[in-house]
Amino acid sequence: MQNFKWVKFVSAMAVATIAGVLPVSTSFAQSGDATIREIEKYRQALGDGNPAELWEARGEDIWKQKRGPNKVSLEQCDIGMGPGKVKGAYAVLPKYFSDTDKVEDLESRLVTCMVILQGYKYDDARKNPFGSPERKSDIEALVAYATAASRGMKMNVATNHPKEKEAFEIGKKIFFHRGGPHDFGCATCHGADNQRIRLQDLPNLTKKEPAQRAYTSWPAYRVSQGEVRSFQWRLFDCFRQQRFPELDFTSQGSIALTAYLAKNANGGVLSAPSIKR
Amino acid sequence: MKTLKFASLAMVGMVGLIVGPAFAQSAKPSQAEIVMKASFKERGQAKLDRLDQDETQRLCSQYPEKRPADVAKKIEAMNLKSIKYPADGKMLGDWKEGEKIAQSGVGKQFSDNPANPNGANCYACHQLSKAEISFGNIGPSLYNFGKLRGFTEATQKYAYGKIYNANAYLACSNMPRFGHNGILTEQQMKHVTALLMDPESPVNK
Repeated sequence: MQNFKWVKFVSAMAVATIAGVLPVSTSFAQSGDATIREIEKYRQALGDGNPAELWEARGEDIWKQKRGPNKVSLEQCDIGMGPGKVKGAYAVLPKYFSDTDKVEDLESRLVTCMVILQGYKYDDARKNPFGSPERKSDIEALVAYATAASRGMKMNVATNHPKEKEAFEIGKKIFFHRGGPHDFGCATCHGADNQRIRLQDLPNLTKKEPAQRAYTSWPAYRVSQGEVRSFQWRLFDCFRQQRFPELDFTSQGSIALTAYLAKNANGGVLSAPSIKR
Repeated sequence: MKTLKFASLAMVGMVGLIVGPAFAQSAKPSQAEIVMKASFKERGQAKLDRLDQDETQRLCSQYPEKRPADVAKKIEAMNLKSIKYPADGKMLGDWKEGEKIAQSGVGKQFSDNPANPNGANCYACHQLSKAEISFGNIGPSLYNFGKLRGFTEATQKYAYGKIYNANAYLACSNMPRFGHNGILTEQQMKHVTALLMDPESPVNK
């Protein structure tokens, strides 16, 4: 309950800060740089009290609890650095796992462990990927916990295994695939430098520096939604705006696209879970 | 004269050679396309056929940055043919309605109610009126569009055609083909054309 109050307070602060930024933006056309500096100040102010910590704490609890039909914890789960090792794992994902013979990202790997270790049915393990205030997602909490453990580490995704190479190449194809009623693809917004939709900056995800900056800031606490959102959610909602059908949670295509974007961000320092508007 | 004719024929032959394999490949879906089809599910108005590409989308995905000049020409010619101008010959509607359409980003997402009218979301990518300072920059500024080009019938027709199918004028434009793909109605496109071309529109003030 106390936690909930804190979230409310932080949200109120955020709204106040946004309100403070808006008058500055009226002079945007004349002084874009000043606006960008103010938005950056706003982001820094937000970072001081990131409610994602609540998700991280809840995720740690869920990780350590004996759960599922087998009544075991996830503490023996291998999310990339070996069983039980959480630190550093997010920096090497997605990667190939021999037990499933698949390339997996963090979310799909959590589902795999819930099925293999804890005995959940596959559909039950992945039924609530994106939470709401009324219905919190265990996956988002686990994602927050696992990524926080790699904060400050450098992205280091490999494409040594043929299936990793294949995932990267498929992901790249998906990135440039234009379709739907609007002819949009990921590259429409994220394939060139210094683009904006309205006042929202769009990182060029084909280029090292902006790709690093963007990828390493996910997952993130979204102030506008009051939830920590995973990278799977980021892709899901991009495709909604792209006017595509619904991206299936932890589908092969979603992991392939993540592999492409994560590899492009290699060398970037993870700052997730971060906080965004 | 004969040489010219021969050169043109040779060109056509080359276009066939260059473009041919791209179309031949498309008959058999690539592995990425198979993976994509298995990775999405239909939701609301967004069915799986939205992943299928027409020739324009296929070629523009194949050449995301630069494309051979003849491929670009083919795309433009193909799309130019698709433009249907208003039967009554009038290109301009009400710029005030056009401004509303330019502001609205609603439409065609699986979260949108298809019963509601679609927006064009022009401001997402273009500067239009001076009053709206929240505009994107993926497309060029359209401020003073009519004033700079002259309020002629030819420019009205160009503006309408560009809204209808931007690929007719610039192969693989990032701009949606609003008429060709049924995003906007004829009446809506007239309103947006008026926003660009009516001397009274804030775009031209």
